[in-house]
Amino acid sequence: MSVDQATVRRVAHLARVAVSEEELEPLKGELNAILAFVEQLADLDVANVEPMTGVIPMELPMREDVVSDGHYPEKILANAPESEGGFFTVPKVVE
Amino acid sequence: MTVHVRPTDAKKLIRGATGDWEVVIGMEIHAQVSSNAKLFSGASTAFGGPPNDHVSLVDAAMPGMLPVINRECVAQAVRTGLGLKAQINLRSTFDRKNYFYPDLPQGYQISQFKSPIVGEGEVIVDLLDGESFVVGIERLHLEQDAGKSIHDLSPSLSFVDLNRSGVALMEIVSRPDLRSSEEARAYVTKLRSILRYLGTCDGDMEKGNLRADVNVSVRRPGEPLGTRCEIKNVNSIRFIGQSIEVEARRQIEILEDGGVIDQETRLFDPGKGETRSMRSKEEAHDYRYFPDPDLLPLVLHADFVEGLKGHLPELPDEKKARFIADYGLSPYDASVLVAERDTADYFEQVAKGRDGKAAANFVINELFGRLNKDGKDVTTSPVAPAQVAAIVDLMAEGVISSKIAKDLFEIVYTEGGDPRVLVEERGLKQVTDTGAIEKVVDEIIAANPDKVAQVLAKPTMLGWFVGQAMKASGGKANPQALNDILKRKLGI
Repeated sequence: MSVDQATVRRVAHLARVAVSEEELEPLKGELNAILAFVEQLADLDVANVEPMTGVIPMELPMREDVVSDGHYPEKILANAPESEGGFFTVPKVVE
Repeated sequence: MTVHVRPTDAKKLIRGATGDWEVVIGMEIHAQVSSNAKLFSGASTAFGGPPNDHVSLVDAAMPGMLPVINRECVAQAVRTGLGLKAQINLRSTFDRKNYFYPDLPQGYQISQFKSPIVGEGEVIVDLLDGESFVVGIERLHLEQDAGKSIHDLSPSLSFVDLNRSGVALMEIVSRPDLRSSEEARAYVTKLRSILRYLGTCDGDMEKGNLRADVNVSVRRPGEPLGTRCEIKNVNSIRFIGQSIEVEARRQIEILEDGGVIDQETRLFDPGKGETRSMRSKEEAHDYRYFPDPDLLPLVLHADFVEGLKGHLPELPDEKKARFIADYGLSPYDASVLVAERDTADYFEQVAKGRDGKAAANFVINELFGRLNKDGKDVTTSPVAPAQVAAIVDLMAEGVISSKIAKDLFEIVYTEGGDPRVLVEERGLKQVTDTGAIEKVVDEIIAANPDKVAQVLAKPTMLGWFVGQAMKASGGKANPQALNDILKRKLGI
């Protein structure tokens, strides 16, 4: 698997990462090197191996259904570049 | 895989300029899980509240925060799966669905893409005409709700409130088994009823706690499926019906003009009665799902599922079958009564130990009719089940006629009181004393010789005499006795 310049541009846009036109070609080379490295795994036969999700055998911990958090809107908004009346405010996003 | 093949039903086809079309509908219902706290945080799910108050640092996606799943939300999803007679997957996984929007602080929604918690199930849907059909459920998965954007507070800004961010949703995906807007409305109504019985979602569509994405396509009967459009976020059962009607029409017109349907996402505008394209969102459809590295697979133990199964309430279909079997109700009456659990409970309190049909008739026709008029329901009814039961008994004992029963009900409804006492106090007892009725009948016959002549020529005129006699007796004459006496005296 390898990517072309158009794919790099598209992936950068989807991830909202600003990439200039000059950066696309070097980035393409780097990404393809990474993909080629990872692709070595395809040589292994894992047909009968369970996908591993963690190195420690443990189950997903669960929480009881109790309200134990929240009620600090000032903390939530503390780092917001802009807010008004307890809301975050952002440039209008509706069509 | 269970596939319910539905033969084409000519009644449900839509007539176009060049022939008939069949509309095919599938739905994704987003149902808010009833829980105290959110899916992955301890913040409250309560509706309303000051902006950004029911928000934890997890919901605001502050760096370093980790999600911890709410056991009750998992239980609610399993209960719902059991209620839909669905496969419960003892191992499911969470994935990240990536997109950018100001009310999604994480930049992704935690959802279940590859391995949902609930697999295939089914919903039996009843239509008003008695037809019933099965809608296949493809899957149910757990996911987070987003925050809320408000666009009308400022000309240049959108306001974002994260109170809803992270609340648990169940997305319930149906197979494309629906064939008309009526069927789609009936399906959502039934699904909502099941969720409310289970207590897993309150079904409050006004608050957005139940909303639908509707997939609509059209085809010539017998042809393969056409290209579908998805109508996003429809928030009332009426609008679901309307949006399907207008979208099917739109597609038929395009196809009949020789055009093709673009697969796209559309919005329904109830004011204009049309759907329109949301093209600007299209690129966001590359969600780049991948397993959420913050969450281990969700593994359920069989005894956890069995425990939940053992505590499921009686569901609408079972209750309906029982009402038909135990109370002798018609399928239609039974459907009406079981639609809401409160209504079914009310009916049972009235019907216990008496004629179920008579109880059902009175509850459906008199009580529901009166409550509807006042915008009330059984939970806010001024008349208790015992009072309705007493009126039904008085009718069964022949103490009052069905007409008087209505008057008595109105008194009980507006003034309250014990129906048995009211009957005595207000002199509402039916007159079965044939002597008294005969006297009234004799007077009417004597006073109206012209009508007597008419009724002899035209026996249907008898109704006029019945009316007069009823009026004279204040509605209290026993109708059967009155009829018999009139017929005998008039010789017809």
